[in-house]
Amino acid sequence: MINYIIKRIGIAIPTLLILIAVSFYLMHAAPGGPFTSERPLPPQVLANIEAKYGLDQPIWRQMINYLSGIITEFDFGPSYKYHDRTVNEIIGRGFPITLKYGFWSFIAAIGVGIPLGAIAAIRKNTWIDYLAVGVSIGAQVLPNFVMAPLLIIVFTLWLDWLPGGGWNGGSWEYLVMPVIALSTSYMASIARITRSSMLEVLNTNYIRTAKSKGLPTKVIFFRHVLKPSLLPVISYLGPAFVGLITGSVLIDIYFSTGGMGYFFVNAAFNRDYSVMMGITIVVGGLTILFSLIADLLYAWIDPKIRY
Amino acid sequence: MNLLEVTNLKVRFETADGIVNAVNDVNFSVEEGKILAIVGESGSGKSQTVFAMTGLLDHNGSATGSVKFEGEEILNLSNQKLNKIRAEKIAMIFQDPMTSLNPYVRVSDQMTEVLMHHQGSSKAEALKHSISMLDAVRIPDANNQIRMYPHEFSGGMRQRVMIAMSLLCRPKLLIADEPTTALDVTVQAQIMQLLADLQKDFGMSIILITHDLGVVAGNSDDMLVMYGGEIMEIGKTESLYSKPTHPYTQGLMSAVPRLNDSEERLITIPGNPPNMMKPPEGCPFSPRCNYANDQCSNVSPILSNVDKSDHYRACHVEIEKIV
Amino acid sequence: MIVANKKKIKDMAENFSESGAGRSLWKDARIRFIQNKAATISLFVLLAIVSFSFIGPYFAVWSYEQIDWNAMGSAARVGMPSIESGHYFGTDDLGRDLYSRVIQGTQISLMVGVLGASVAVIVGTLYGATSGYLGGKTDQIMMRIVDILMSIPYMFVLILLLVVFGRSIGMLFIGIGLLSWLDMSRIVRGQTLNLKNKEFIEAAKVTGVSDFKIITRHIVPNLLGIVAVYATLLVPGIILAESFISFLGLGVQEPSTSWGALIKEGSGTISYDTEWQLLFPLAFFVVSLFCFYFIGDGLRDALDPKER
Repeated sequence: MINYIIKRIGIAIPTLLILIAVSFYLMHAAPGGPFTSERPLPPQVLANIEAKYGLDQPIWRQMINYLSGIITEFDFGPSYKYHDRTVNEIIGRGFPITLKYGFWSFIAAIGVGIPLGAIAAIRKNTWIDYLAVGVSIGAQVLPNFVMAPLLIIVFTLWLDWLPGGGWNGGSWEYLVMPVIALSTSYMASIARITRSSMLEVLNTNYIRTAKSKGLPTKVIFFRHVLKPSLLPVISYLGPAFVGLITGSVLIDIYFSTGGMGYFFVNAAFNRDYSVMMGITIVVGGLTILFSLIADLLYAWIDPKIRY
Repeated sequence: MNLLEVTNLKVRFETADGIVNAVNDVNFSVEEGKILAIVGESGSGKSQTVFAMTGLLDHNGSATGSVKFEGEEILNLSNQKLNKIRAEKIAMIFQDPMTSLNPYVRVSDQMTEVLMHHQGSSKAEALKHSISMLDAVRIPDANNQIRMYPHEFSGGMRQRVMIAMSLLCRPKLLIADEPTTALDVTVQAQIMQLLADLQKDFGMSIILITHDLGVVAGNSDDMLVMYGGEIMEIGKTESLYSKPTHPYTQGLMSAVPRLNDSEERLITIPGNPPNMMKPPEGCPFSPRCNYANDQCSNVSPILSNVDKSDHYRACHVEIEKIV
Repeated sequence: MIVANKKKIKDMAENFSESGAGRSLWKDARIRFIQNKAATISLFVLLAIVSFSFIGPYFAVWSYEQIDWNAMGSAARVGMPSIESGHYFGTDDLGRDLYSRVIQGTQISLMVGVLGASVAVIVGTLYGATSGYLGGKTDQIMMRIVDILMSIPYMFVLILLLVVFGRSIGMLFIGIGLLSWLDMSRIVRGQTLNLKNKEFIEAAKVTGVSDFKIITRHIVPNLLGIVAVYATLLVPGIILAESFISFLGLGVQEPSTSWGALIKEGSGTISYDTEWQLLFPLAFFVVSLFCFYFIGDGLRDALDPKER
């Protein structure tokens, strides 16, 4: 197991480095520097600013400076557009918000998706199975950017139950719609995966053995069926996490929640490269960390991967 | 009294393509302390017969008839009632030990759960008992091996684990569904020897399902030959061996390769097992039978006594023509 | 969806190599596909949508950039769907004809989907086949690279790309395509590895069939099925990605439009009683995605007899 963990971390670190390098070079491949604007600055001023931000140095040195800033002080440097703000401050404002509704969306996707899929599998070919399958197929074509306006039409415009946007410190009325919009399609995928893998497991010889041992259905389900059925779900958690964090960009825009996505899109429109890069790296790091955890969880459940 | 009485057992499956009659009016019994071998090709309905008895048919399957165990009807009992019989009275082992043990659960847990559930043992007692049972099936170093996962055992060892697990509650009847098919030839012999020894030690009955007549010979008291969901011939194993009276049994016997045979080619039964969706009229074996006449392909033969012994056969052709 | 089906596709990969190649597989598959009602109906609906996007403009009264000054700013009162005004689907807030804009959005979204999927299929197939065919250390390194790329949140990188290199449709589908080939390459690689060791390939080699013929007669037909299925499932994924980016306003630029951009506009004005501005593009979007998924599922089931 320890070897496996080391090996897995051995992949995670270069992944992060590659991500940093790619975004760094992309940023420098952009035509015009970050301070090129409609009203050209006098060359002397431009040179001064570039010197201040270290942009006059060769690219590899810039990158090493940037990297060492991240590693030693977790410092992503200054924003190129808002001269009074650092990238850290921006991330510090957006991140807790994204984390909060992202966490609840994740819980909702798993907490509803797995039981829904499991019930559908156990009660195969009953109305509840058809309902679950129908819902999950439907939810597949209702991605977050379709769910969001539909939710607002229903809950804000028609029923007037929930506010159509804002954050307000993350109180529940402001959380409900972002969480539903963000989690629905992943909930559906998880339900589908759970259902099909559980159906497969229920048909295996070892479940027949468990039945022949005279064990009660509950014991069979929790001890013999559940674990192997969840393996495909666990390997889906990584991609689902990527999807959730990507979707958060849209949630921030549509519901004005003010998470990292809001700053990211703003930065994209303003060509604020350092903010974009900082957010990309934080998000990438999170994703890599998360897929590492998911892989370890998988290895922990599946005894065949234990070396 | 017989330990197990099966009368008029029928099993049918509803599939998307139609109804499959897998087992048709099967009658047999198992005596206490005896071994009954059920022989037939794949698809002959032999496995479905025992699955029906223990309530393990797939969802689309249903069984009618009667199965009496120790005088009590057990066919189509509720799961709850069956769970009192399974493992405690009737235990099963299966064909493929690779897939019949749960790969994600330690052997120790798979064994102890049986004792903890059926006998209310504590975890420690159950573990001790399980280890001694692994010893009994001759697994070396059982103390440590029991903590391993199934994939860490070899095929033969896994089947030993299965056997040990099935015997934990000292069942009266062990159903062994092709226990040696997936194993190497040398391991097959060991497992059969082990089963025979345990049968004597525990004084239980065994239903041994196999398609391998070589396995049946020294290892069973009675023998039942199935084809197309019906019984072709049934009787004492010796009697069937010395005097097979059904063309199908004969075919099976001559298909077993023998070392002292001067014949160079392997003898086979021409043709394929019947499509159970559209079983042939009359005797299911008639399309492949060398002796078949008009009657065979129209009228189903019924089991009838041979030589006034307890040897029965279902065949229209006169015995003299066959033997 | 795509991820959810990965296992099935993998199973199918094994299955294909077992079943050999040849006409019967495809013939069987066609019969099975036709028997699948959802897939067949979806195919017809999708064909109808595609032909509508080509024939529709001939019936349009207004072009997609022409502004109906009457309806401008008062879409809720004047711009509703009507045959008489020629705005079959109504107008948007600027008074532009939604019928023409939906047609244009459909063309662009489908084009991005198909072209993006082609980029992904070509890159993924080449990469996967090379990796599988070469095998050994090269294969290991190539697949490790795929592993690494897979754990990168690609939408962020794509937006970065669009900002750096400018927003254009070309950039969009190349970007999405270049970032969606990873699954494809894994599947193709697995399939190639399988095929390489199959008896019928060995048999062909032994009887002196040339490498070129082996590849064209045996390997490609066997890869084709799985590539077809995967490509069908890839198209809606890419349409989703494009719509997502366009919804953020970073994708297709005015006056061009796409489903995502139209849905964004429509959803921005829902509080002004102009729900048709959302519902028409949404209907096209949802129905088309459904069709792609059902066709993909149908193809997979048709080409994978083991599933039945």
